[in-house]
Formats: sequence, structure tokens, C-alpha cells
Amino acid sequence: MGSREEPSVISAQQAVGGAAGAAVHFAGQAVATRDAYGAALLELGKRDPRVVVLDADLSGSTKTAKFAKAFPGRFFNMGIAEQDLVGTAGGLALTGKIPFASTFAIFATGRAWEQIRQTLCYSHLNVKLVATHAGITVGEDGASHEALEDITLTRVIPGMTVIVPADGYETQQVIDAMPGYEGPVYVRLGRAKVPPVMPEEYRFRIGKAYVFSLGRDVTFVAAGIMVAKALEARDILSKQGIDAGVINMSTIKPLDTDALLGAARKSRLIVTAEEHSIVGGLGGAVAEFLAEAHPLPVRRVGVQDTFGCSGSPDELLKLFGLTVENLVETVTGFMRSA
Amino acid sequence: MIAATHSPDISSLKEQARRVRIEILKMLTASGSGHTGGSLSAADLVTALYFYKMKHRPREPRWSERDRFILSKGHAAPVLYAALALTGYFDRSLLKDLRKVGCPLQGHPSSKLLPGVEVSTGSLGQGLSIANGIALGLRLDRSPARVYCLLGDGEIQEGQVWEAAMSAGHYCIDNLCALVDLNGLQIDGRCEDIMKVEPVADKWRAFNWNVLPLDGHSMEEITDALDQAEKIKGKPTVLLAKTIKSKGVSFFENKAEYHGITPTHEELERALKELGENGK
Repeated sequence: MGSREEPSVISAQQAVGGAAGAAVHFAGQAVATRDAYGAALLELGKRDPRVVVLDADLSGSTKTAKFAKAFPGRFFNMGIAEQDLVGTAGGLALTGKIPFASTFAIFATGRAWEQIRQTLCYSHLNVKLVATHAGITVGEDGASHEALEDITLTRVIPGMTVIVPADGYETQQVIDAMPGYEGPVYVRLGRAKVPPVMPEEYRFRIGKAYVFSLGRDVTFVAAGIMVAKALEARDILSKQGIDAGVINMSTIKPLDTDALLGAARKSRLIVTAEEHSIVGGLGGAVAEFLAEAHPLPVRRVGVQDTFGCSGSPDELLKLFGLTVENLVETVTGFMRSA
Repeated sequence: MIAATHSPDISSLKEQARRVRIEILKMLTASGSGHTGGSLSAADLVTALYFYKMKHRPREPRWSERDRFILSKGHAAPVLYAALALTGYFDRSLLKDLRKVGCPLQGHPSSKLLPGVEVSTGSLGQGLSIANGIALGLRLDRSPARVYCLLGDGEIQEGQVWEAAMSAGHYCIDNLCALVDLNGLQIDGRCEDIMKVEPVADKWRAFNWNVLPLDGHSMEEITDALDQAEKIKGKPTVLLAKTIKSKGVSFFENKAEYHGITPTHEELERALKELGENGK
């Protein structure tokens, strides 16, 4: 974390216990987004009886087990059957429930893609598909379990909303916002603990990016765990006299094109950063928009067109170039060649 | 409101099924594309549901206590459209615009466009999971409403059907009744040759379902089975309905090629004559 203040580390369990009936509060806390999900979902379940939860035999890992324990009658374990998971969630939505369906990101979006397209999105059903274990920070389980294509797969479907929270606090707010929006949503969460990045006064809104700052030289457009790295890269670049900015593009669809245009008008370079394939994800969405609306140099930092592999999350982040150093080098490399 | 409050009037239901078949043939001839065989094979089953068994309000499609029907074999949309039109969900004149740009009667049912369609279907294998979800939601609400889901025998080659069959058995979803239209044919030929689905009854029994085999063109047997299904508690029921593809039009019957071919105007005239409908 370098010069950044070491965050206080607590578990979601402690956060809930400490809150004693009050809303879970993850501001300023390092927590895995899946843990924030489990806690926020439990709280939401207490407030809203329409909330039902489905899982596909991974409730311990996705953290829906907390909800299951508190509300066994509103929890459905569908076994290892993701297509049925999505379809059943769709049916529950048709009776006015607000189903949250969870499993690992690759199974949720890959195994059940056509069910998401046909059943959830074509009929515009109010299902919240909240998947965990996205990206290479899954770590040791390796390529089979590391979803690097899920943003692409979901973003391409008409009517879908795609959200990638940056930290536990934002995750909590995303989950809290779900009953207020009618329609299918994909929320992408991770396994590993992430540092807090969003300020306490932040309020999540679907489709609204958070602009930390815009840079004259470069603005990073980041999502998920890469927001923290972009903020660090900004500080390093600043010391080198390079004016950098950071946008947290937590809603990838619908894309906040106003925020992007603002960055494109101010900056000479846009660098996207995501724990996902550079093909079709956040980088793809940003490049598609800017190429037509406001052409300027864009560099995409993410996993190249390749599968992940086994290793510790930190090792894999280095191996695939999802580092502060690579973000800095991407900018300085551009500056040298410009 | 349409509801089964007394024993079925078999001769009236047979007449409704005849009218459903006539509308199917007319709309398919007008559109020039669509699925004839599987719409006709399911005509008696769908008629028994819409004109006898299901509680529903055609003028109030979102009535909360309605029984739900999910057409998992979405390509049989014409049979659903005929039933919806004849029970009064929309004007019958809409049927002639089937599959045309701007018409809510899409090639496969779209719930966003047509009131009365509970959920969009058309990609095979997905309906039973949805039906399960609806049934579980109704159970949470302590609603007396029931859910009916029509599948094809080719369709049950899809793996998701058996995921859903397992779930319904596991969760003892007894407010659900599945109907399988066993016409024995799929696009490429006989199910037996393409991919054997038999023994179908054993499969559903193994997944903890109450299994009722029947003649899918006997209105007596269909209505009796639907009445029985409602009384079975603790497990879901499936009606295994032996049917004839393109039933009702002798020169189309049992021919795989009429899965996705529509009648010519001459064929329509002959077919209507067979169905006792002259001069149209």
C-alpha cells in the first residue's frame, strides 16, 4: 500500500455484530467485496421481505450463507445447476420477489449465459445476479475458476445493467440500491480483501461514475480492485510532474458517458484499468464510446487475451500486469512516445 | 373469470379444441412461417387448461390469483395465441399478423409485448425452471394459484429440464403441474432416432414426480388428469401426454417435416374441411 494509510481490517461478521441493528458500515474498511455482500444482503433481508436468495452450492464462498441461516424459508440452494439457478430466480421475480442469485462469476455468466439472455433480460425480470470470485484474484484455483470474460458476456445483452464495485463500502451501497431498480442486474464481486477507496460521503447511483479527479495528462478509468491501484498510480505520477486523474466507473452498463466525455476533454490520454480481459470489458466499452464521441489515445490495462492460472493473488496480479507499476509505466511510456 | 368449478363439459371442450386448431391453421397460413405440428399436437392440452382447468381473467391478465401457464416449448406459440384470443385476451383479428413486424404475436412468445404471456420463451429447456420459481414464489405468498408448464418431448433432451425436474422433486413443488407433449417427432426426425428420450415415465418418477400417462387427445383423460394433479400433495405432477404431431389434419399427421412448415392456401382449405369448417 506504500504511502497510503494502513486500513483497519475487520471481518464482515464483526461489522454486522458491531452495528447492532444499524446499517452495516464498511466505509474505510478493508474487506472482500463478497464479505460486504453477505453482510449487506442479510441486512437487506431484514428490511425487505421481498428479498429471496438462491445459490448453487457455493453459499459459504459467496457469503449468501448468512442470509440462508437467518431466513431459511427465503433461501433456495439449487445445487450445482446454474442454468436452473437463473431460471428459478426468474420465476421468483415473476411473483414480485426480489431474487438475488449467486455463484462464482464464471459459472453465473458463462454456464448460464443464454438463460440470462433469454429468461432474465429478454423478459426484463427483476433478478440480481451477484457473482463472486471474479478475476484472477481467485488465485490458486486457477484458470477454470477465474472469470475474465464476464463483463463482456453480460454487457452485450440488451437491458442488462453491469456493476463492479470498488470496495466493501461501495458493494454495500450497490446491494442497498437494488430494490430501487426494477430489472436484471449483474454485480461482479471478488474473493480477496480489497482496500477501501470510496469516501464516506459517497452515494452510489446506477450509471453514475465517481470522479476522484480529472488529469490534464491522463485520466484512469478504473473499476473494481483496479480503482485503488489507479489512485496509487496517480500519486506516483504526480510526483513525476504528470497530472493524472481517476474515475471509478463502477457501473459499466449503462456507461456514464458524461463523466467519460469530461475526462476526454480534459486529458490527453485515457487509461482503462480492470481485472478482466481487455477484450470487451470496461476497456472495450470505453474505447467503443470514445472512438465515436471524442477520439483520443486510449490504453487498456487488463488481462491480455489469455486465460489465468494458479498462484497467489498478488503473484498473479504481477504476472498479468495488474499493478500500480504497470499503470504508471503505461502512462510514462505514452508520454515518451508522444 | 374462467375456472373449473364443476365437472368438465367434454363436448364443449372438444368444440373449443376444434376452434383452436382452426385458428392455428389460419394464422400459420397467413404468416407463411411457424410451427404447425407441435401447435396442433398440443391443442387439446392447451384447450383443457385455458377453457377448463385454469383460473384466469382474460380482461385482467395480471390478476394476482391467476393460475400461470408457461409455454416452455415456445415454438408452439400459435396454440397459445389461439387460446388467448379465443378466451378474450386480445382481438382475434390480431392472429393474422403473426410474425409480422410490429405485431405483438412474435414467432416465439414475448411477455414484454403480449399481455397473457407470463414470460418469454422460445429457447428450449428453460420453462420448467421458471415455472418452479413461480410456484415457489406463490408458495411463499400462500397463494392457492397453480402453475402449468408445457414441454415437448424433443425439448426434454435439454439438460436444464432435468436440473429443474430435480429441483421440483427436491422442493416438493406440488402447486406445479408439467405437461409433456409426447408427439414422438422433432425437426430432424423421430425422437427415437435422433436422441432417445424413453423411458420417459421412469425418468420423471426417478426425479420424485407423480407421473400420469394419458392420451393427449382424449379430453376426458386430460381433464381427469388435471383434476387428479391438483389433489396430489408433497410432489409435483407431470402429465405424459401421448400425442400425434399435427393432430387434426390427416395429411400432416405424424410427419416430421410439418414441424416447421406452414399450410399452403390449398392445404388450409382441405384442412378446414376436415375440421368441419367449410367455405372459408
